[in-house]
Amino acid sequence: MEGNQVKALFLKETTLGYQILGLGVLSLVLIFMDHTTSWLDSFRSALTSVLTPIIVTAELPNRSALGIQDIFSSREDLHGRISGLESELIFFRVKAEKMAALASENDRLRSLLGSAAKLQDNVLVAELIGVNPDPEQQEVLIDKGFEDSVFVGQPVLDSRGLVGQVVEVSSYSSRVLLISDQRHSVPVQVLRSNLRLVAQGTGIGQRLELLHVNSTADIQVGDQLLSSGLGNRFPVGYPVGVVDKVDLKLGMPFSEVLAKPNAQLDRSSHVLLVFTEARVSEDMDGSSAKSESRGGWR
Amino acid sequence: MAGDKTWGIVTIWITIFAGMLLSVIRMPQFLPVELGFLRPDWVAMILVYWIIALPHRAGIPLAWLAGITVDVLLGSPIGQHGLSYVLIAYVAASLYQRIRMFSVWQQAIILFALLGLNQVIGFWVESIVGPKNWSFWYFLPAVSGAFLWPSVFLILRYLRRRTRMA
Repeated sequence: MEGNQVKALFLKETTLGYQILGLGVLSLVLIFMDHTTSWLDSFRSALTSVLTPIIVTAELPNRSALGIQDIFSSREDLHGRISGLESELIFFRVKAEKMAALASENDRLRSLLGSAAKLQDNVLVAELIGVNPDPEQQEVLIDKGFEDSVFVGQPVLDSRGLVGQVVEVSSYSSRVLLISDQRHSVPVQVLRSNLRLVAQGTGIGQRLELLHVNSTADIQVGDQLLSSGLGNRFPVGYPVGVVDKVDLKLGMPFSEVLAKPNAQLDRSSHVLLVFTEARVSEDMDGSSAKSESRGGWR
Repeated sequence: MAGDKTWGIVTIWITIFAGMLLSVIRMPQFLPVELGFLRPDWVAMILVYWIIALPHRAGIPLAWLAGITVDVLLGSPIGQHGLSYVLIAYVAASLYQRIRMFSVWQQAIILFALLGLNQVIGFWVESIVGPKNWSFWYFLPAVSGAFLWPSVFLILRYLRRRTRMA
Protein backbone atom coordinates (compact mmCIF):
# COMPACT_ATOMS: atom_id res chain seq x y z
CA MET A 1 0.00 0.00 0.00
CA GLU A 2 2.96 2.32 -0.47
CA GLY A 3 2.25 5.71 -1.92
CA ASN A 4 -1.52 5.50 -1.45
CA GLN A 5 -3.20 8.13 0.57
CA VAL A 6 -5.87 7.19 3.06
CA LYS A 7 -9.19 6.49 1.38
CA ALA A 8 -11.71 9.24 1.69
CA LEU A 9 -14.52 8.30 4.00
CA PHE A 10 -17.18 9.80 1.77
CA LEU A 11 -17.48 9.88 -1.97
CA LYS A 12 -17.48 13.39 -3.29
CA GLU A 13 -21.09 14.35 -3.88
CA THR A 14 -20.09 16.81 -6.59
CA THR A 15 -18.23 14.14 -8.57
CA LEU A 16 -21.28 11.89 -8.36
CA GLY A 17 -23.45 14.77 -9.49
CA TYR A 18 -21.28 15.49 -12.53
CA GLN A 19 -21.09 11.81 -13.41
CA ILE A 20 -24.82 11.21 -13.28
CA LEU A 21 -25.55 14.40 -15.17
CA GLY A 22 -23.01 13.66 -17.89
CA LEU A 23 -23.71 9.97 -18.37
CA GLY A 24 -27.46 10.35 -17.92
CA VAL A 25 -27.66 12.99 -20.64
CA LEU A 26 -25.33 10.91 -22.82
CA SER A 27 -27.64 7.91 -22.37
CA LEU A 28 -30.67 9.95 -23.38
CA VAL A 29 -28.83 11.23 -26.45
CA LEU A 30 -27.83 7.67 -27.34
CA ILE A 31 -31.41 6.43 -26.96
CA PHE A 32 -32.60 9.22 -29.21
CA MET A 33 -29.85 8.55 -31.77
CA ASP A 34 -30.47 4.81 -31.75
CA HIS A 35 -34.18 5.34 -32.23
CA THR A 36 -34.08 7.91 -34.99
CA THR A 37 -30.84 7.29 -36.90
CA SER A 38 -28.74 4.33 -37.93
CA TRP A 39 -25.42 5.84 -36.79
CA LEU A 40 -25.07 3.44 -33.89
CA ASP A 41 -25.77 0.30 -35.88
CA SER A 42 -22.13 -0.39 -36.72
CA PHE A 43 -21.17 0.08 -33.06
CA ARG A 44 -23.94 -2.28 -32.04
CA SER A 45 -22.99 -4.95 -34.54
CA ALA A 46 -19.29 -4.72 -33.60
CA LEU A 47 -20.07 -5.09 -29.90
CA THR A 48 -22.51 -7.91 -30.62
CA SER A 49 -19.72 -9.79 -32.40
CA VAL A 50 -17.60 -9.38 -29.29
CA LEU A 51 -20.44 -10.57 -27.06
CA THR A 52 -21.28 -13.62 -29.18
CA PRO A 53 -19.35 -15.93 -26.78
CA ILE A 54 -21.75 -14.96 -23.98
CA ILE A 55 -24.75 -15.83 -26.12
CA VAL A 56 -23.19 -19.12 -27.20
CA THR A 57 -22.25 -20.02 -23.62
CA ALA A 58 -25.75 -19.22 -22.43
CA GLU A 59 -27.09 -21.68 -24.97
CA LEU A 60 -24.80 -24.51 -23.82
CA PRO A 61 -27.13 -26.04 -21.18
CA ASN A 62 -29.91 -26.42 -23.73
CA ARG A 63 -27.54 -27.94 -26.23
CA SER A 64 -25.98 -30.37 -23.82
CA ALA A 65 -29.46 -31.41 -22.69
CA LEU A 66 -30.23 -32.31 -26.29
CA GLY A 67 -26.89 -34.09 -26.58
CA ILE A 68 -27.58 -36.16 -23.47
CA GLN A 69 -30.98 -37.08 -24.86
CA ASP A 70 -29.23 -38.32 -28.00
CA ILE A 71 -26.80 -40.41 -25.98
CA PHE A 72 -29.52 -42.10 -24.00
CA SER A 73 -31.90 -42.80 -26.85
CA SER A 74 -31.90 -46.48 -27.66
CA ARG A 75 -30.82 -48.16 -30.88
CA GLU A 76 -34.37 -49.13 -31.74
CA ASP A 77 -35.56 -45.58 -31.26
CA LEU A 78 -32.89 -44.29 -33.60
CA HIS A 79 -33.64 -46.98 -36.18
CA GLY A 80 -37.29 -46.09 -35.99
CA ARG A 81 -36.51 -42.42 -36.40
CA ILE A 82 -34.22 -43.06 -39.37
CA SER A 83 -36.74 -45.22 -41.19
CA GLY A 84 -39.44 -42.66 -40.48
CA LEU A 85 -37.25 -39.90 -41.89
CA GLU A 86 -36.36 -42.00 -44.91
CA SER A 87 -39.98 -42.63 -45.81
CA GLU A 88 -40.69 -38.95 -45.27
CA LEU A 89 -37.79 -38.11 -47.59
CA ILE A 90 -39.19 -40.33 -50.36
CA PHE A 91 -42.60 -38.75 -49.90
CA PHE A 92 -41.15 -35.26 -50.20
CA ARG A 93 -39.00 -36.22 -53.19
CA VAL A 94 -42.07 -37.37 -55.09
CA LYS A 95 -43.82 -34.18 -54.09
CA ALA A 96 -40.86 -32.07 -55.18
CA GLU A 97 -40.79 -33.75 -58.59
CA LYS A 98 -44.44 -32.94 -59.01
CA MET A 99 -43.73 -29.40 -57.84
CA ALA A 100 -40.99 -28.94 -60.44
CA ALA A 101 -43.36 -29.97 -63.20
CA LEU A 102 -46.04 -27.66 -61.86
CA ALA A 103 -43.60 -24.79 -61.47
CA SER A 104 -42.40 -25.03 -65.05
CA GLU A 105 -45.99 -25.25 -66.24
CA ASN A 106 -46.85 -22.27 -64.12
CA ASP A 107 -43.94 -20.31 -65.57
CA ARG A 108 -45.01 -21.20 -69.10
CA LEU A 109 -48.57 -20.09 -68.42
CA ARG A 110 -47.33 -16.90 -66.84
CA SER A 111 -45.14 -16.15 -69.83
CA LEU A 112 -48.15 -16.76 -72.08
CA LEU A 113 -50.08 -14.27 -69.97
CA GLY A 114 -47.21 -11.86 -70.24
CA SER A 115 -46.77 -11.45 -66.50
CA ALA A 116 -43.45 -11.62 -64.72
CA ALA A 117 -42.25 -15.13 -63.97
CA LYS A 118 -42.17 -16.10 -60.34
CA LEU A 119 -38.61 -16.02 -59.17
CA GLN A 120 -36.97 -18.94 -57.51
CA ASP A 121 -36.03 -18.11 -53.93
CA ASN A 122 -32.66 -19.18 -52.57
CA VAL A 123 -32.50 -20.13 -48.93
CA LEU A 124 -29.80 -20.46 -46.32
CA VAL A 125 -30.28 -22.62 -43.24
CA ALA A 126 -29.50 -20.93 -39.91
CA GLU A 127 -29.48 -22.30 -36.42
CA LEU A 128 -31.11 -20.66 -33.42
CA ILE A 129 -28.51 -19.58 -30.90
CA GLY A 130 -30.58 -17.55 -28.50
CA VAL A 131 -33.95 -16.20 -27.52
CA ASN A 132 -34.67 -12.78 -26.09
CA PRO A 133 -35.20 -13.38 -22.35
CA ASP A 134 -38.01 -10.84 -22.18
CA PRO A 135 -41.24 -12.71 -23.02
CA GLU A 136 -42.76 -9.46 -24.30
CA GLN A 137 -40.09 -9.18 -26.97
CA GLN A 138 -40.51 -11.92 -29.49
CA GLU A 139 -37.01 -12.03 -30.88
CA VAL A 140 -34.50 -14.78 -31.55
CA LEU A 141 -30.83 -14.83 -32.45
CA ILE A 142 -29.49 -16.93 -35.31
CA ASP A 143 -25.96 -17.99 -36.13
CA LYS A 144 -25.60 -16.27 -39.53
CA GLY A 145 -24.50 -12.69 -40.06
CA PHE A 146 -22.67 -10.33 -42.42
CA GLU A 147 -20.27 -13.11 -43.31
CA ASP A 148 -23.14 -15.04 -44.88
CA SER A 149 -24.51 -11.87 -46.51
CA VAL A 150 -27.55 -11.69 -44.26
CA PHE A 151 -29.18 -8.27 -44.53
CA VAL A 152 -31.57 -6.24 -42.45
CA GLY A 153 -35.14 -6.86 -43.52
CA GLN A 154 -34.46 -10.35 -44.79
CA PRO A 155 -37.46 -12.70 -44.51
CA VAL A 156 -37.04 -15.77 -42.30
CA LEU A 157 -39.02 -19.00 -42.67
CA ASP A 158 -39.13 -22.38 -41.07
CA SER A 159 -40.35 -25.62 -42.60
CA ARG A 160 -43.98 -24.68 -42.00
CA GLY A 161 -44.28 -20.99 -42.64
CA LEU A 162 -43.14 -17.45 -42.14
CA VAL A 163 -41.14 -16.83 -38.97
CA GLY A 164 -40.19 -13.15 -39.15
CA GLN A 165 -37.55 -10.82 -40.46
CA VAL A 166 -33.98 -9.87 -39.67
CA VAL A 167 -33.75 -6.58 -37.77
CA GLU A 168 -30.10 -6.46 -36.76
CA VAL A 169 -26.99 -8.02 -38.27
CA SER A 170 -23.54 -8.50 -36.81
CA SER A 171 -20.59 -10.47 -38.19
CA TYR A 172 -21.60 -13.93 -37.05
CA SER A 173 -25.12 -13.57 -35.71
CA SER A 174 -28.30 -11.70 -36.37
CA ARG A 175 -31.47 -10.84 -34.55
CA VAL A 176 -34.82 -11.91 -35.96
CA LEU A 177 -38.08 -10.20 -35.05
CA LEU A 178 -40.84 -12.81 -35.01
CA ILE A 179 -44.19 -12.18 -36.70
CA SER A 180 -45.85 -12.59 -33.32
CA ASP A 181 -44.10 -9.53 -31.84
CA GLN A 182 -46.32 -6.55 -31.12
CA ARG A 183 -44.04 -4.35 -33.21
CA HIS A 184 -44.39 -6.53 -36.28
CA SER A 185 -47.05 -6.77 -38.90
CA VAL A 186 -47.12 -8.58 -42.18
CA PRO A 187 -49.34 -8.07 -45.24
CA VAL A 188 -51.34 -11.26 -45.84
CA GLN A 189 -53.96 -12.65 -48.14
CA VAL A 190 -56.69 -15.16 -47.35
CA LEU A 191 -56.12 -18.20 -49.58
CA ARG A 192 -59.83 -18.96 -49.99
CA SER A 193 -61.20 -15.51 -50.75
CA ASN A 194 -58.07 -13.55 -51.79
CA LEU A 195 -58.99 -10.94 -49.20
CA ARG A 196 -55.97 -8.74 -48.41
CA LEU A 197 -55.31 -7.94 -44.77
CA VAL A 198 -52.56 -6.96 -42.37
CA ALA A 199 -51.61 -9.36 -39.58
CA GLN A 200 -50.06 -7.82 -36.50
CA GLY A 201 -48.40 -9.77 -33.71
CA THR A 202 -49.95 -9.86 -30.24
CA GLY A 203 -46.81 -10.46 -28.18
CA ILE A 204 -47.39 -13.05 -25.50
CA GLY A 205 -49.43 -16.00 -26.68
CA GLN A 206 -47.84 -15.90 -30.10
CA ARG A 207 -50.94 -15.07 -32.08
CA LEU A 208 -51.59 -12.79 -34.99
CA GLU A 209 -54.32 -10.21 -34.97
CA LEU A 210 -55.84 -9.21 -38.29
CA LEU A 211 -56.32 -5.47 -38.38
CA HIS A 212 -59.31 -3.62 -39.78
CA VAL A 213 -61.44 -6.59 -40.83
CA ASN A 214 -64.86 -5.37 -41.95
CA SER A 215 -67.72 -7.10 -40.23
CA THR A 216 -68.94 -8.09 -43.70
CA ALA A 217 -65.57 -9.48 -44.82
CA ASP A 218 -65.43 -13.02 -46.14
CA ILE A 219 -63.31 -14.70 -43.51
CA GLN A 220 -63.96 -17.70 -41.32
CA VAL A 221 -62.24 -19.97 -38.83
CA GLY A 222 -59.78 -22.30 -40.55
CA ASP A 223 -58.87 -19.94 -43.37
CA GLN A 224 -55.24 -20.15 -44.42
CA LEU A 225 -53.34 -16.86 -44.61
CA LEU A 226 -50.48 -16.47 -47.09
CA SER A 227 -47.99 -13.65 -47.36
CA SER A 228 -49.30 -11.33 -50.08
CA GLY A 229 -45.94 -9.94 -51.09
CA LEU A 230 -47.18 -6.37 -50.90
CA GLY A 231 -44.53 -4.03 -49.59
CA ASN A 232 -41.66 -6.00 -51.15
CA ARG A 233 -40.50 -7.23 -47.77
CA PHE A 234 -41.78 -10.80 -47.74
CA PRO A 235 -41.97 -13.10 -50.77
CA VAL A 236 -45.41 -14.02 -52.10
CA GLY A 237 -47.28 -17.14 -51.13
CA TYR A 238 -45.65 -18.42 -47.97
CA PRO A 239 -48.01 -19.67 -45.26
CA VAL A 240 -48.34 -17.21 -42.38
CA GLY A 241 -51.13 -18.49 -40.17
CA VAL A 242 -54.53 -20.11 -39.82
CA VAL A 243 -57.52 -18.12 -38.62
CA ASP A 244 -58.73 -19.59 -35.35
CA LYS A 245 -61.08 -16.97 -33.97
CA VAL A 246 -63.54 -14.67 -35.68
CA ASP A 247 -65.51 -12.45 -33.36
CA LEU A 248 -68.08 -10.23 -35.03
CA LYS A 249 -68.43 -7.26 -32.77
CA LEU A 250 -71.95 -6.02 -33.19
CA GLY A 251 -72.11 -2.28 -33.49
CA MET A 252 -68.39 -1.98 -34.10
CA PRO A 253 -66.90 -1.21 -37.51
CA PHE A 254 -64.32 -4.00 -37.37
CA SER A 255 -64.45 -7.54 -36.11
CA GLU A 256 -61.79 -9.18 -34.02
CA VAL A 257 -59.95 -11.90 -35.92
CA LEU A 258 -57.07 -13.91 -34.51
CA ALA A 259 -54.79 -16.36 -36.28
CA LYS A 260 -52.30 -18.93 -35.15
CA PRO A 261 -48.94 -18.78 -36.95
CA ASN A 262 -48.07 -21.77 -39.14
CA ALA A 263 -44.41 -21.62 -38.16
CA GLN A 264 -43.41 -23.20 -34.89
CA LEU A 265 -42.18 -19.95 -33.47
CA ASP A 266 -41.26 -21.27 -30.05
CA ARG A 267 -40.03 -24.67 -31.13
CA SER A 268 -38.11 -24.65 -34.39
CA SER A 269 -34.36 -24.80 -33.85
CA HIS A 270 -33.49 -24.24 -37.51
CA VAL A 271 -34.80 -21.48 -39.73
CA LEU A 272 -34.38 -20.56 -43.39
CA LEU A 273 -33.13 -17.19 -44.57
CA VAL A 274 -34.66 -16.29 -47.92
CA PHE A 275 -32.71 -14.52 -50.64
CA THR A 276 -35.26 -13.23 -53.11
CA GLU A 277 -33.76 -12.07 -56.35
CA ALA A 278 -36.23 -9.26 -56.78
CA ARG A 279 -34.84 -7.41 -53.82
CA VAL A 280 -35.65 -3.75 -53.73
CA SER A 281 -32.43 -1.98 -52.94
CA GLU A 282 -33.83 1.18 -51.34
CA ASP A 283 -35.57 -1.00 -48.80
CA MET A 284 -32.30 -2.25 -47.50
CA ASP A 285 -30.78 0.55 -45.45
CA GLY A 286 -30.90 -0.15 -41.80
CA SER A 287 -32.95 2.80 -40.63
CA SER A 288 -35.99 1.98 -42.70
CA ALA A 289 -36.06 -1.62 -41.57
CA LYS A 290 -35.81 -0.67 -37.95
CA SER A 291 -38.48 1.94 -37.76
CA GLU A 292 -40.75 0.46 -40.37
CA SER A 293 -40.59 -3.16 -39.40
CA ARG A 294 -44.35 -2.97 -39.10
CA GLY A 295 -44.84 -4.33 -42.60
CA GLY A 296 -43.54 -2.55 -45.62
CA TRP A 297 -46.74 -1.51 -47.29
CA ARG A 298 -47.12 1.97 -45.90
CA MET B 1 -0.13 -2.54 -5.40
CA ALA B 2 -1.10 -1.72 -8.96
CA GLY B 3 -1.57 -5.37 -9.88
CA ASP B 4 -4.14 -5.80 -7.12
CA LYS B 5 -6.11 -2.91 -8.46
CA THR B 6 -6.37 -4.19 -12.02
CA TRP B 7 -7.25 -7.65 -10.74
CA GLY B 8 -10.02 -6.09 -8.71
CA ILE B 9 -11.52 -4.47 -11.80
CA VAL B 10 -11.14 -7.71 -13.74
CA THR B 11 -12.95 -9.63 -10.99
CA ILE B 12 -15.76 -7.09 -11.01
CA TRP B 13 -16.13 -7.38 -14.77
CA ILE B 14 -16.08 -11.17 -14.60
CA THR B 15 -19.01 -11.11 -12.18
CA ILE B 16 -20.82 -8.62 -14.41
CA PHE B 17 -20.36 -10.90 -17.41
CA ALA B 18 -21.61 -13.82 -15.32
CA GLY B 19 -24.71 -11.73 -14.58
CA MET B 20 -25.16 -11.06 -18.30
CA LEU B 21 -24.91 -14.79 -18.93
CA LEU B 22 -27.66 -15.40 -16.38
CA SER B 23 -29.86 -12.78 -18.00
CA VAL B 24 -29.72 -14.27 -21.50
CA ILE B 25 -29.67 -17.97 -20.59
CA ARG B 26 -32.63 -19.78 -22.14
CA MET B 27 -35.16 -21.44 -19.92
CA PRO B 28 -35.98 -25.08 -20.57
CA GLN B 29 -38.83 -25.45 -23.04
CA PHE B 30 -41.13 -27.32 -20.69
CA LEU B 31 -41.49 -24.33 -18.38
CA PRO B 32 -44.25 -21.82 -19.17
CA VAL B 33 -43.01 -18.77 -21.04
CA GLU B 34 -44.61 -16.42 -18.50
CA LEU B 35 -41.97 -17.50 -16.01
CA GLY B 36 -39.62 -15.27 -17.98
CA PHE B 37 -41.25 -12.29 -16.25
CA LEU B 38 -39.66 -13.40 -13.00
CA ARG B 39 -36.14 -13.16 -14.36
CA PRO B 40 -34.42 -10.51 -12.24
CA ASP B 41 -31.92 -8.00 -13.58
CA TRP B 42 -28.81 -9.80 -12.40
CA VAL B 43 -26.40 -7.19 -13.70
CA ALA B 44 -28.14 -4.42 -11.77
CA MET B 45 -27.93 -6.44 -8.54
CA ILE B 46 -24.26 -7.23 -9.07
CA LEU B 47 -23.51 -3.57 -9.77
CA VAL B 48 -25.31 -2.49 -6.60
CA TYR B 49 -23.28 -4.96 -4.58
CA TRP B 50 -19.94 -3.72 -5.88
CA ILE B 51 -20.91 -0.08 -5.46
CA ILE B 52 -21.90 -0.69 -1.85
CA ALA B 53 -18.87 -2.83 -1.10
CA LEU B 54 -16.19 -0.96 -3.05
CA PRO B 55 -17.54 2.53 -3.79
CA HIS B 56 -14.06 3.82 -4.65
CA ARG B 57 -13.58 1.26 -7.34
CA ALA B 58 -17.03 0.57 -8.78
CA GLY B 59 -19.01 3.67 -9.57
CA ILE B 60 -21.31 5.36 -12.01
CA PRO B 61 -18.99 5.05 -15.07
CA LEU B 62 -18.72 1.29 -14.54
CA ALA B 63 -22.50 1.03 -14.26
CA TRP B 64 -22.90 3.00 -17.47
CA LEU B 65 -20.47 0.81 -19.42
CA ALA B 66 -22.18 -2.34 -18.13
CA GLY B 67 -25.54 -0.84 -19.09
CA ILE B 68 -24.47 -0.12 -22.66
CA THR B 69 -23.13 -3.67 -22.96
CA VAL B 70 -26.41 -5.10 -21.66
CA ASP B 71 -28.31 -2.95 -24.17
CA VAL B 72 -26.34 -4.45 -27.03
CA LEU B 73 -26.71 -7.95 -25.60
CA LEU B 74 -30.48 -7.73 -25.20
CA GLY B 75 -31.11 -5.66 -28.31
CA SER B 76 -32.77 -2.87 -26.37
CA PRO B 77 -32.26 0.76 -27.45
CA ILE B 78 -28.64 1.71 -26.73
CA GLY B 79 -28.70 3.79 -23.58
CA GLN B 80 -31.79 2.27 -21.94
CA HIS B 81 -29.97 0.14 -19.41
CA GLY B 82 -27.17 2.70 -19.43
CA LEU B 83 -29.60 5.30 -18.11
CA SER B 84 -31.30 3.10 -15.53
CA TYR B 85 -28.04 1.64 -14.21
CA VAL B 86 -26.54 5.12 -13.90
CA LEU B 87 -29.50 6.23 -11.78
CA ILE B 88 -29.36 3.11 -9.60
CA ALA B 89 -25.63 3.52 -9.19
CA TYR B 90 -26.12 7.13 -8.16
CA VAL B 91 -28.58 6.20 -5.43
CA ALA B 92 -26.42 3.32 -4.25
CA ALA B 93 -23.24 5.42 -4.26
CA SER B 94 -24.85 8.24 -2.30
CA LEU B 95 -26.32 5.90 0.31
CA TYR B 96 -23.65 3.20 0.46
CA GLN B 97 -22.71 3.79 4.07
CA ARG B 98 -26.28 3.55 5.21
CA ILE B 99 -27.04 0.49 3.09
CA ARG B 100 -23.96 -1.29 4.43
CA MET B 101 -25.33 -0.99 7.96
CA PHE B 102 -28.59 -2.72 7.12
CA SER B 103 -29.25 -6.41 7.53
CA VAL B 104 -29.45 -8.41 4.34
CA TRP B 105 -33.26 -8.42 4.30
CA GLN B 106 -33.41 -4.68 4.90
CA GLN B 107 -31.03 -4.32 1.99
CA ALA B 108 -33.40 -6.47 -0.04
CA ILE B 109 -36.12 -3.85 0.50
CA ILE B 110 -33.76 -1.15 -0.81
CA LEU B 111 -32.97 -3.43 -3.72
CA PHE B 112 -36.68 -3.75 -4.45
CA ALA B 113 -36.92 0.02 -4.75
CA LEU B 114 -33.80 0.27 -6.92
CA LEU B 115 -34.82 -2.59 -9.22
CA GLY B 116 -38.32 -1.13 -9.43
CA LEU B 117 -36.78 2.15 -10.58
CA ASN B 118 -34.82 0.15 -13.14
CA GLN B 119 -38.02 -1.44 -14.46
CA VAL B 120 -39.90 1.84 -14.62
CA ILE B 121 -37.14 3.52 -16.62
CA GLY B 122 -36.92 0.50 -18.90
CA PHE B 123 -40.65 0.65 -19.49
CA TRP B 124 -40.49 4.39 -20.09
CA VAL B 125 -37.81 4.08 -22.76
CA GLU B 126 -39.48 1.12 -24.42
CA SER B 127 -42.81 2.92 -24.57
CA ILE B 128 -41.08 5.83 -26.30
CA VAL B 129 -39.59 3.67 -29.04
CA GLY B 130 -42.52 1.28 -29.56
CA PRO B 131 -46.01 0.26 -28.47
CA LYS B 132 -46.01 -0.98 -24.90
CA ASN B 133 -48.80 -1.52 -22.42
CA TRP B 134 -48.24 -1.02 -18.74
CA SER B 135 -48.96 -3.93 -16.45
CA PHE B 136 -47.87 -4.70 -12.94
CA TRP B 137 -45.97 -7.66 -14.32
CA TYR B 138 -43.15 -5.22 -14.91
CA PHE B 139 -42.51 -5.16 -11.20
CA LEU B 140 -42.07 -8.93 -10.94
CA PRO B 141 -38.33 -8.83 -11.74
CA ALA B 142 -37.93 -6.35 -8.89
CA VAL B 143 -39.75 -8.68 -6.49
CA SER B 144 -37.77 -11.74 -7.53
CA GLY B 145 -34.58 -9.66 -7.45
CA ALA B 146 -35.27 -8.58 -3.88
CA PHE B 147 -35.82 -12.19 -2.83
CA LEU B 148 -32.63 -13.29 -4.56
CA TRP B 149 -30.57 -10.43 -3.12
CA PRO B 150 -29.32 -12.35 -0.05
CA SER B 151 -27.85 -15.08 -2.25
CA VAL B 152 -26.19 -12.56 -4.57
CA PHE B 153 -24.88 -10.68 -1.55
CA LEU B 154 -23.45 -13.75 0.15
CA ILE B 155 -21.85 -15.16 -3.00
CA LEU B 156 -20.22 -11.89 -3.98
CA ARG B 157 -19.07 -11.20 -0.42
CA TYR B 158 -17.47 -14.64 -0.30
CA LEU B 159 -15.79 -13.92 -3.63
CA ARG B 160 -14.58 -10.52 -2.42
CA ARG B 161 -13.12 -11.97 0.75
CA ARG B 162 -11.46 -14.82 -1.11
CA THR B 163 -9.80 -12.44 -3.54
CA ARG B 164 -9.02 -10.02 -0.69
CA MET B 165 -10.44 -7.06 -2.50
CA ALA B 166 -10.74 -3.94 -0.44
